[in-house]
Amino acid sequence: MSDLIAQRTAAPIAELDGGRPGAAAPAPRRRRRGPGQSGWWALVFIGPTAVGLLAFYLWPTVRTFILSFTKSGPFGGSEFVGLDNYVRLLEDPELIGALRNTAVYTVLVLVGIPIAVGIAALLNTTGLRGRGIYRTLYFIPVVTMPAAIALVWRMIYNGDYGVLNEVLGVFGIPGNSWLTDPTTALVSIAVVGIWAGLGTNIVIFLAGLQGIPDTVMEAADLDGAGPVRKFVSITIPLLSPSIFFVSVISVIGALQVFDLIYMMLGQNNPAMPNTRTIVYLFYEAGFLDNERGYAAAIAFLLLVIILVLTVVQFRLQKKWVHYE
Amino acid sequence: MLRTTTGRTVAALAASAAALLALSACSSGSGTSSSDDVTISYGIWDQNQQPAMEEIAEAFTAEHPNVTVEIQLTPYKEYFTKLQTSVSGGAAPDVFWMNGPNFQLYASNGVIAPLDDQGVEASDYPQGLIDLYTYDGSLYGVPKDFDTVALWYNTELFDAAGVEYPSAGWTWDDLKAAAAKLSDPAAGVYGITATQYGQENYYNSIAQAGGEVISADGTESGYGSSEALEGITLWTDLIAAGSSPTAQQMTDTAAEDFFISGKAAMFQNGSWAAIAYAENPDLAEKVNVAPLPAGADGNQSVIHGIGNVANAKSTNLDIAKEFAAFASGEQAAAIQSESGTVIPAFNGSQQAWVDALPQYDLQVYIDALESAVPYPVSKNTAAWTALESEILSQVWAGTVSPEDGLTQLAEEMQAALDAESE
Repeated sequence: MSDLIAQRTAAPIAELDGGRPGAAAPAPRRRRRGPGQSGWWALVFIGPTAVGLLAFYLWPTVRTFILSFTKSGPFGGSEFVGLDNYVRLLEDPELIGALRNTAVYTVLVLVGIPIAVGIAALLNTTGLRGRGIYRTLYFIPVVTMPAAIALVWRMIYNGDYGVLNEVLGVFGIPGNSWLTDPTTALVSIAVVGIWAGLGTNIVIFLAGLQGIPDTVMEAADLDGAGPVRKFVSITIPLLSPSIFFVSVISVIGALQVFDLIYMMLGQNNPAMPNTRTIVYLFYEAGFLDNERGYAAAIAFLLLVIILVLTVVQFRLQKKWVHYE
Repeated sequence: MLRTTTGRTVAALAASAAALLALSACSSGSGTSSSDDVTISYGIWDQNQQPAMEEIAEAFTAEHPNVTVEIQLTPYKEYFTKLQTSVSGGAAPDVFWMNGPNFQLYASNGVIAPLDDQGVEASDYPQGLIDLYTYDGSLYGVPKDFDTVALWYNTELFDAAGVEYPSAGWTWDDLKAAAAKLSDPAAGVYGITATQYGQENYYNSIAQAGGEVISADGTESGYGSSEALEGITLWTDLIAAGSSPTAQQMTDTAAEDFFISGKAAMFQNGSWAAIAYAENPDLAEKVNVAPLPAGADGNQSVIHGIGNVANAKSTNLDIAKEFAAFASGEQAAAIQSESGTVIPAFNGSQQAWVDALPQYDLQVYIDALESAVPYPVSKNTAAWTALESEILSQVWAGTVSPEDGLTQLAEEMQAALDAESE
C-alpha cells in the first residue's frame, strides 16, 4: 500500500514543480534533468511492486467482493443474487460459533505478547552466556514448516500415546484427549500458535530493546531505580511502538487462523463446533460445499472485521504508545 | 483475507500457467507433426497405478499409431480442486479418472460426455458400478476398477483370546460377542474399531439393516428410517460396550493404526488394504479377511470404483471417448490385474488379483459383488457428506443421541438434496 501512496504523491509534486510559471528562468535545465525525469524513475522503481499489488491483491479483492453477490456454479458461470449471501451468512447458526471461536483464539494468542517481551528482555540481559544459542532455539519454530509443526504437536497431544499425558502422569495429573475434548481443543491449538509465533515476536522486541539508549538506563540507575522499576517505567514505554506493531500483526494473523486447525483436528473431530474459525467456515463453504459466492461473503465479513479491529487499535495507540 | 487472496492468486497463477502450457503443447503439436497425429491427456491420481496406466496408454497407441496418450498425475488431495479449476479454464485432460461422489456433479453440468455410443456392454461390469456411473439413463463413465469391503482380523489376538475366526454366515451378534471377548482394557486391546467411516463401516451396516443412505434416484435422504438408526447404533453400541476405542481416541490415533499395531482385533476395510497389509512385515503373517457380518437384511457391502470419463470439451472427443472405454476394457483390465494394485471392474478379469496374494481369502471381496449396493451419491454429494461428518461426529462422541443426530441429519441432508434439484 505504501508504495501506491508514494506513487500517488510523487506525481503531483512533479507537476507542481515543473508547471510553476514563476520558476521560468532556471526552468529549462531543471525541467530536462529534474522533476519530470525523477517522476519517471519513481514509476520505474515502484512499477513492479505496484503492478504486483494491483494484479495479485487489489484485483482479487475486487473480484471476491463481486463474487460475494453471486451464486456461482461449480465450473464457472454465476448469477447475481444481490445480498442473499450476506443475509444467509447472518442467519447461519454456525457463524456465531465461528466468531466466538475466532475471538477466543485471538485473545489467547495475544497472551503470547507479554511472554515474548519477557523472553526478549531476558535474552537482552548483558553478560548472558550462549545468547546466540537461545535466540536460535526460539527462532527455529519460525523456519519450520507449519505442517511439520502440526504433525508433531498432534503426537504430543495424543490422548493415548502423547508425550504430554506421559509427563503429566509422572506428576500424578490425569491426562486428557486434548484435541478432541471441546473444552481444551482451541486452547491446545492456541498454545501451538503462540509457540510457533514466539520467535518472530522475540526478534522484533530484541530490536526494540536494543534501540533503547543506554544513557536513559544509566540515568535511572543514578536515580536509584531497581530492575523492576526500570522495566516497568522505562523499558515497556520505550518498547511500546514494537508492542503495538506486534499486537496489530498478531491480531490480523490470529483472525485468519486456519492451517493449524485444518491439520491438527481433521474433519470428523467432535470438538469442531468449538474450534471452527471464520476461515475454516470459509474453507467448508468454498471447498467442501462448492459455494464460492457464499465463501466470498464470509471472506468479506472477515476483511471488514480485520479492518475495524485494526482501525480501533490505531485509534487506541495514542493512549499508550510512546514515540520518542 | 490476505491468506485467501494469496490462495486465489496461486490458483489463478497455476491455472494460467496450465493454460499456457496447454497452449504451447497445442501449437508445438500441430507445428511439428502431420495433421493426423493426436495427443490426448489422461488425468489420474494414484502414483502406484501409473505404470499400469502407462502400459494401457501404450496398448492404445499400438492400436492407433497416430495417437499418443500423456499421463497427468495429480495427487488425490488436490485432484478434484485442480480438475474443477481446469474445467472452468478449459484446460482439463481429455480423459480422466472420476469417483462416485463427484460423478453426478460433472455429468449434470455437461462437463463429461455420454459414452453410450462406445459399445460398452453393461453386463461386462458389476451392476452397482454401472448404476454409479449412469446419469439420466446414459452411461458417462466406464468402470475401471472396484472396491468392496470385508472384515480383516488379527489371528494372533483371536488365538490368544480363544475366539473362533470370523467366517461366512457371521451375524452382527457374533461380531458383538467376539468383539467383547477380544477386548482387554488392561492391555489396551480392543475387539474392533467402530470408526465413523462411511464406506468401510456405516454405509454397509445401514444396507445390512435393510435401510439406505440415499434413495436410488438420489433425491431422498434415508437417514430418517429405523433401519438407518440400527446401522448407526451397531457402531455406537460397540463403543459404549468398550469393545472399540472411543471416537476421541480414533481421532487422535487413526483407527487403522490400532489394527496395524495389534491393538484392535478386527477392522473393516476395502480391498485396497490387501496389498498394503501383505507388504507390512509386522502384519502380513498375522491377518486374514472374512466376509462382512450380516444384519437383518444380509451382509451387503457398498461397492465403489473409479470410472474413466471423457471431457465433453475435448478437441479430440471421438478419440477421448474411445480411450475412456478402452482403458476400462478387457485388455486394460488384464494389465491392471497383473499389477495387483486394484481389482479390475471388467468381469472375469478379477481372478489374477485374488491369486496374487494366495495367503488371504481375497475371494470374499469378489463374492461381495453379488449383493453389493452402490456407493451413495447425488448431484452435490459433498454438500451432505459434510453434514454427515459434522453431525455424526457428535453422535459418535456421545454428545448427541443417535436418534436426535439422525433426525437432524435426515432433515438437513434433505434440505441439501432439495437445493440440488432446484
